[in-house]
Amino acid sequence: MSKGVLATDKRGMRELGAEDKVGWDEVTKGVVLDSFEGDASDVVHQKAEERHYTDFNSYTATVASWRIIKPVYNRDICIDCQNCWVWCPDTSIISRDKQMLGIDYDHCKGCGVCVEVCPTNPKSLLMFAEAEDNDEALAGWPQKEKKAK
Amino acid sequence: MAITSIKNLKEFSTNNDRLEGAHLLCPGCAHSMIVRELMNCTDDNLVISSNTGCLEVSTAVYPYTSWDTSWIHIGFENAATAVTGAEAMYKARKRKGTLKDPDAPVKFVAFGGDGSTYDIGFQWLSGAMERGHDFTYICLDNENYANTGGQRSSATPIGATTSTAQAGTHSYGKKEKKKDIVAIMAAHGAPYVAQLAPNKWKSMAKGFQKALETEGPCFINTVSACTTEWRFDPKDTIHVTDLATDSLMFPIYEIIDGHELNILYRPKNVIPVEDYLAAQGRYRHLFKPENKHVIEEIQKNIDAYWEMLQRREEARI
Repeated sequence: MSKGVLATDKRGMRELGAEDKVGWDEVTKGVVLDSFEGDASDVVHQKAEERHYTDFNSYTATVASWRIIKPVYNRDICIDCQNCWVWCPDTSIISRDKQMLGIDYDHCKGCGVCVEVCPTNPKSLLMFAEAEDNDEALAGWPQKEKKAK
Repeated sequence: MAITSIKNLKEFSTNNDRLEGAHLLCPGCAHSMIVRELMNCTDDNLVISSNTGCLEVSTAVYPYTSWDTSWIHIGFENAATAVTGAEAMYKARKRKGTLKDPDAPVKFVAFGGDGSTYDIGFQWLSGAMERGHDFTYICLDNENYANTGGQRSSATPIGATTSTAQAGTHSYGKKEKKKDIVAIMAAHGAPYVAQLAPNKWKSMAKGFQKALETEGPCFINTVSACTTEWRFDPKDTIHVTDLATDSLMFPIYEIIDGHELNILYRPKNVIPVEDYLAAQGRYRHLFKPENKHVIEEIQKNIDAYWEMLQRREEARI
């Protein structure tokens, strides 16, 4: 295995830029992978954009190529209930200050759990084909469904 | 310890996630929902160790790690041992005054799948519980060895087909009952033992906080619906978990000090277990006429267990 090229490449992770990394078979016992540059004692109080991730942290990788369908978010209908945030398995719902901001398409795998747990009518998250344009999807958003009596 | 607010989801959502995305768990896996929730329950530093299983191999694929906390990569059976070792060392260094930041609160948590908790890591876990370290062990129970292709474990319930207990013309899948790990752990005299489910996020968060706050060894069994081996669509993870808790296949309850049992969730409408079984491919064969008796048996077991829980709650023994 040459340095910097990974067996995980074909699973959709990006190719590593850092040439100084060693292959897995060269790793010695007790090695530590640091998630952050420098002092990481207050990470719990830092939002993702304030943190200093190293290349070892999977935040810097992407699994976007796993998706065949993607969730599209409609801000106009959302009530910020945060159901999607708590049940997202991939930490891909961006919520800041009790507000839902959008979807992290680098880490979303397109499972569709967020759409299923969305309580609004019509849903403020819907699944579309990966190739479809987000603006087009928003333009054709379904209308409110009447409850069958 | 600094616990975070779980009054409502909006307040809970102001926490900053410490499990990063781009781990390699399957789409719709409940493992990461549970792990994220545990880490969002507290502001304290965490020392985490994972038994080998889906969670470990998917969150630490070299050269990446998805953990923003200290995390120890260890063997199949000994996450409990590793984390109790770390805890013992932490206490010793605190006593000797050699810690860099002695006032920083630290919690010790071990994760294991059902294979490593019910079977392979059982004596390690039992030993750690008996020694009485201050740690929390969380079992992510998906009822089979999902990481290696869905073999039968002692957590697999009756009637489920697995790759080593297959349903066919001569068999209806696994024939043995599921091990009652919660009762076994409560019998260790652990101060806090619970069974929780991710669809009831609030009771789960409360249980996690209670376990982290309680001094001594705590055990929590969590239901982790497995889209790959239970064979349902990834988007239905929460739906299937709802069916599991509402059919009482997975009752949600806690046991304090080995005797005080509290039921944490009583479904308004208890659904028949058929609904839960029908939602998953691994039980499909049970709906053939010759296997109907297995469904009846499962329902009978569930009813008996629920009766037992209610009686124990009432009797406080």
